[in-house]
Amino acid sequence: LIDIPDALCERDKVKFTVHTKTTLRNFQKPEFSVPRQHEDFIWLHDTLVETEEYAGLIIPPAPPKPDFESPREKMHKLGEGEASMTKEEYAKMKQELEAEYLAVFKKTVQVHEVFLQRLSSHPVLSRDRNFQIFLEYDQDLSVRRKNAKEVFGGFFKNMVKSADEVLISGIKEVDDFFDQEKTFLLDYFSKIKDSTAKAEKMTRSHKSVAEDYIHISATLNSLSAEDTTALKQWVPIGHGKVEARVASDQELKLTELLRYYMRDIQAAKDLLYRRARALADYENSNKALDKARLKSKDVVQAQEHQEQCLQKFNKLSESGKKELTSFKGRRVVAFRKNLIEMAELEIKHAKNNMSLLQSCIELLKSN
Amino acid sequence: MAAERDPPPAGSVGHADLREVEDGEDLFVSTASTLESSPSSPEPASLPVEDVGPSSNGPKPAEILLDDDQEDLFAEATEEVSLDSPEREPILSDGPSPAITPVTPTALIAPRAEPNVIMVSGMFEQSLDELEEEAAGDSFDIQISVSDPEKVGDGMNAYMAYKVTTKTSLTVFSRNDFSVKRRFSDFLGLHSKLASKYMHIGYIVPPAPEKSIVGMTKVKVGKEDLSSTEFVEKRRSALERYLMRTVKHPVLLQDPDVLQFLESSEWFEEKQQQFENLDQQLRKLHGSVEALVCHRKELSVNTASFARSAAMLGNSEDHTALSRALSQLAEVEEKIDQLHQEQAYADFYLFSELLGDYVRLITAVKAVFENRMKTWSKWQDAQLMLQKKREAESKLQFTNKPDKLQQAKDEIKEWEAKVQQGERDFEQISKTIRKEVGRFEKQRVNDFKVAIIKYLESLVQTQQQLIKYWEAFLPEAKAIA
Repeated sequence: LIDIPDALCERDKVKFTVHTKTTLRNFQKPEFSVPRQHEDFIWLHDTLVETEEYAGLIIPPAPPKPDFESPREKMHKLGEGEASMTKEEYAKMKQELEAEYLAVFKKTVQVHEVFLQRLSSHPVLSRDRNFQIFLEYDQDLSVRRKNAKEVFGGFFKNMVKSADEVLISGIKEVDDFFDQEKTFLLDYFSKIKDSTAKAEKMTRSHKSVAEDYIHISATLNSLSAEDTTALKQWVPIGHGKVEARVASDQELKLTELLRYYMRDIQAAKDLLYRRARALADYENSNKALDKARLKSKDVVQAQEHQEQCLQKFNKLSESGKKELTSFKGRRVVAFRKNLIEMAELEIKHAKNNMSLLQSCIELLKSN
Repeated sequence: MAAERDPPPAGSVGHADLREVEDGEDLFVSTASTLESSPSSPEPASLPVEDVGPSSNGPKPAEILLDDDQEDLFAEATEEVSLDSPEREPILSDGPSPAITPVTPTALIAPRAEPNVIMVSGMFEQSLDELEEEAAGDSFDIQISVSDPEKVGDGMNAYMAYKVTTKTSLTVFSRNDFSVKRRFSDFLGLHSKLASKYMHIGYIVPPAPEKSIVGMTKVKVGKEDLSSTEFVEKRRSALERYLMRTVKHPVLLQDPDVLQFLESSEWFEEKQQQFENLDQQLRKLHGSVEALVCHRKELSVNTASFARSAAMLGNSEDHTALSRALSQLAEVEEKIDQLHQEQAYADFYLFSELLGDYVRLITAVKAVFENRMKTWSKWQDAQLMLQKKREAESKLQFTNKPDKLQQAKDEIKEWEAKVQQGERDFEQISKTIRKEVGRFEKQRVNDFKVAIIKYLESLVQTQQQLIKYWEAFLPEAKAIA
């Protein structure tokens, strides 16, 4: 059982407290916590990706870097515009920005947590030695991380991968299942990427609208403060707040969902590529064997190699199939959960908003 | 007694003389004021002061000094009766205010003969009371300060605006503490009005500080050197003394021009300021609402685009239930997009346009206030003209030109009429503006209220629709298996 109960933000770096509770005997203690940085998570992910043994598995996508750019920029703009706003307006905007900051924070914690939880629930990956070190090693991991070779190794691998994409899409697929999967995943990936981008834009617009309401409410209120009618709230600032909440919940449930699965599908695609490369290797080894037979040179070697390739390919295919099937199930479940939660939140917020607005109308009418 | 009546020092001569000229009623008033303005007032004697303090509503030290002096007189008279010699010493040693003329005390002493025998403090209260009664029931209390010189405008059209603050408990004013902004030419204008009203019947109107072209030009040009600051400070101080002297004159104090100079612009200035603020706020609000409309339109576009994308995703999805749910999501988002569009219309027509209208209306309000200032200027100009004509007439008195004299007299009549008209016009426009502003404010508040209620209702409708859509979607999401 893994969770991240605590996280600190120090300037640009976020320090996560990774807390583990376990009954597994390969750990030293039943319960322990370690501090980890984002880079440690990346290191763990990369080592897993580069482990040959796991070639047939979908490695859970690495959590994205914590990005406080947006609220930070807004906070900066707010500071610049402070002189032109009333105190109330400034205070409300600041509150909203702090809430946004907090939301980004929560998001990043969640995404890092999910990464670890996926690993711990995987029958194979949960037993990975590096994973154990990550959870348990109470010293700073940066020493291990700074292994330059690993960094470069990963970098090159990525480059090679994109070259493979071209190669692989040309290969004839022998297995119906994989053929379908490939078609599906490639198509789905581009669609989900598009949806993620559109959802992001939508959420951003929504936030702008919410902020506008906050400005408007504050200005109206300062206007009415001078009025003899002493109406306190023409348009309740609460409305702006609710709208902001709607936008941020929408982001959490919808945009984040799409984002996550976009990355997950990329991981699934990676699996396909690895398998396809294994297939290519196998086919090459076959050709090599034929050549060797023709030349009657190194036949045994070639044969061994060919067998290895076949084995690898079969292993990958087998585990790949399992992974992809469970992936689909996982995806469907996640979508269902998030869509339900999003709808419920939208309804809740709309009801809140309505009662807020209605009580305001009552107040205005009775005056 | 005579020994105490030393000739008053040069500085107070004017006042003393002035006092003698006035009728008996003013005598008491003038005495008090004389003492008040006397710069070298020593501390009141210990014995009488404490008694007087609380009972007479805390008269100022100057007033106490008056009583001090009176008490001096009485003390002398009652010396044999009640006071000890030692007590008497400090009282006497204070010395009378030099400005008391022989006339005043005599007049006071006579009726006081009997009360002499009573306790000193009792005499104090009585004398003060009588004074207060004579001074038309007002405790004679007014303090004027001229402060905060502020440069207004630029270049040769610039001028210094001074803040004239009046603190008073006099009943002739409607408030106790108020201030207005006046420029130097306003002070000059006040003086010339007072001069033309009162000098020719013998009142000595305190002169205004002198103009100084050199000094003022330096300030206008913006020279921030020591001589400019000194000049401004000298002028400020001179203006303050001028005003104090003017209001110390009981007749001048009652003059409507003086009152208006000090105060009556208050309401209008306040209102002008209010409208200025309102203007700013409304413009800001208008800007925010326009931003809202813009962002809402953006939101609508982005929602529509997301809806399309979600539909395509749904098509791509191979899990049937999820596929259907995603398509439904796309539909919901499309409907929401419609909602946003409608809401944007409401934002615009209910809200934004209203604000734009009011920004323009306020321009009209400001113009009306400007017109009032113009009317005022016209009136002032007429008064100046009248004065000129009067001066011209008095000059002609000594020349032997009877027809020119007649012409001058005619012109005076003409301008007197114009001045009257100007005054009437100004009063009229001021009255009208007060009414109109009241009406405008009521209208504005009402307009806003109505518009905002409508707007909020539109928002409520949107929320209701949202609830409907999402509630319809929920089972679809739950149906994913």
